[in-house]
Amino acid sequence: MRDLRKRTLSDILRIKQVSKFIRENKRMDGRKLDEYRDIEIKTGVVKKAYGSAYVSLGDTIVIAGIHFETGTPFSDTPDQGILITEGEFLPTASFYAEPGPPTEEEIELSRVVDRGIRESEMIDLSKLVITPGEKVLKLFIDFNILNDDGNLVDAAMLAAVSALLTTKYPNPEKVAELENDRAELKDVERIPLPIRDIPMTVTIGIINNRYIVDPTLPEEIAADALLSVTHTKNDEICAMQLLRGELDYNQLFEILNIVLEKNKELRELVLSKVGGG
Amino acid sequence: MSKSKEEYIRRDGRKVDELRPYSIRTGIFKNADGSAEIRLGGNWIVAAVYGPKEHFPKFQISQDEAILNCRYHMAPYSTSERKSPKPSRREIELSKVIKSALEKAVLLEAFPEMSIDVYIEVLQAEGSTRVASITAASVALADAGIPMRDMVVGCSAGKVDGHIILDVGEYEDKEGEADLPIAIMPNLKKIVLLQMDGKLTHSEFREAFELALKGAMQLYEAQVNALVSKVKEMGEIEEAEE
Repeated sequence: MRDLRKRTLSDILRIKQVSKFIRENKRMDGRKLDEYRDIEIKTGVVKKAYGSAYVSLGDTIVIAGIHFETGTPFSDTPDQGILITEGEFLPTASFYAEPGPPTEEEIELSRVVDRGIRESEMIDLSKLVITPGEKVLKLFIDFNILNDDGNLVDAAMLAAVSALLTTKYPNPEKVAELENDRAELKDVERIPLPIRDIPMTVTIGIINNRYIVDPTLPEEIAADALLSVTHTKNDEICAMQLLRGELDYNQLFEILNIVLEKNKELRELVLSKVGGG
Repeated sequence: MSKSKEEYIRRDGRKVDELRPYSIRTGIFKNADGSAEIRLGGNWIVAAVYGPKEHFPKFQISQDEAILNCRYHMAPYSTSERKSPKPSRREIELSKVIKSALEKAVLLEAFPEMSIDVYIEVLQAEGSTRVASITAASVALADAGIPMRDMVVGCSAGKVDGHIILDVGEYEDKEGEADLPIAIMPNLKKIVLLQMDGKLTHSEFREAFELALKGAMQLYEAQVNALVSKVKEMGEIEEAEE
């Protein structure tokens, strides 16, 4: 449960305060309503993984790591590699985060990130095939929330995308020559991932009928609705999730216009910090 | 695009803006406090509501409002390849988004310290099960006599062969270019479930959204009719008894 309202008086007051500030078009941390917090992206932070990224969005911290294994393709996609995305809160993330099986919030977060990457067709999965119908590479995106101060979807997407952009993967042609690919996979020649698109997710919160970009955790709790929208590089919408709350029909289209602008800004930032594309 | 919008006929013979045949019934289970069944094309989904009732375990009680529990589940025989009965990650996510949509309609504050359980079972799946589920669950909640701000009704739209289409069927879900499931409160005009995958331009999205709204309003009528006909039947039974 990420609901701070159930915790202490100071949390309850903080949430009331958020709402009061927004009514005056201000935010508690001094940002404009449509402004992201400082974004830090570092790639290659975990050398053992094929690709990795550390992202901080204000006080929210996410790490993503990329791994590969060989496996059997799905019967309906014999000529495609397999993409698997799993994300979890580490117990370090907040008072409410505890070790244990994934919660519904963690599963939703992983699946929203997965859809953004999958539906944008960011990775050309046909280049992950070793022997069609028999053996393919499985690409694992694993991410963790190390500290939760809201807007986990945007932060996790940034981490996953940045990690993928800098990932080098085992050359499938060379993997085909191996006798024991499980043991030898990590020693195979590595080549850059076949990147076709760069999806960007922007989450908007509605507080007092105002649209808030990059909500902090108290802002998320004060929000009447939270909507995540992912765009491709060609400004198509490729994934969407109403994470919480309710929206008027016209609010939806107003949000889409804000997201369209913001996703360009975010994409430029990622390209300047990570490169690729 | 080879054919104009009017001419385009879908693989199952439908026009772009046509729902599959549908029916909604309520009061189908005697033991539940409320229940409903929806058939939408080959989809066959039942929902049962138990509650409001005392919540267990006690330490989880909410003093301000009732807790709504919701399980969306697909039967192992509901799909052409057996689905493991263990809840999948997909089912857990859908249970969450359906719960969060229904919570907006139910007057939870009327039942502090209580819980309301909503169980949805997909007996046969043929595309757009989540929105059909929510449509049935909302009827089951109303059938249980639980006070609500509005009904919740779901419908999907999508894109197939370059055409924006209403009510995404099984083949259209697998081979289509986009899927947009929504659920609304039709009188309050609020969106309470919104997901999308695939690729749509902003103008295609608007077209798809408006189509889904139109479909939802049609299904809303069927929800109301199901509830009205159950009340009428009850009236007839009472008259017969007198």
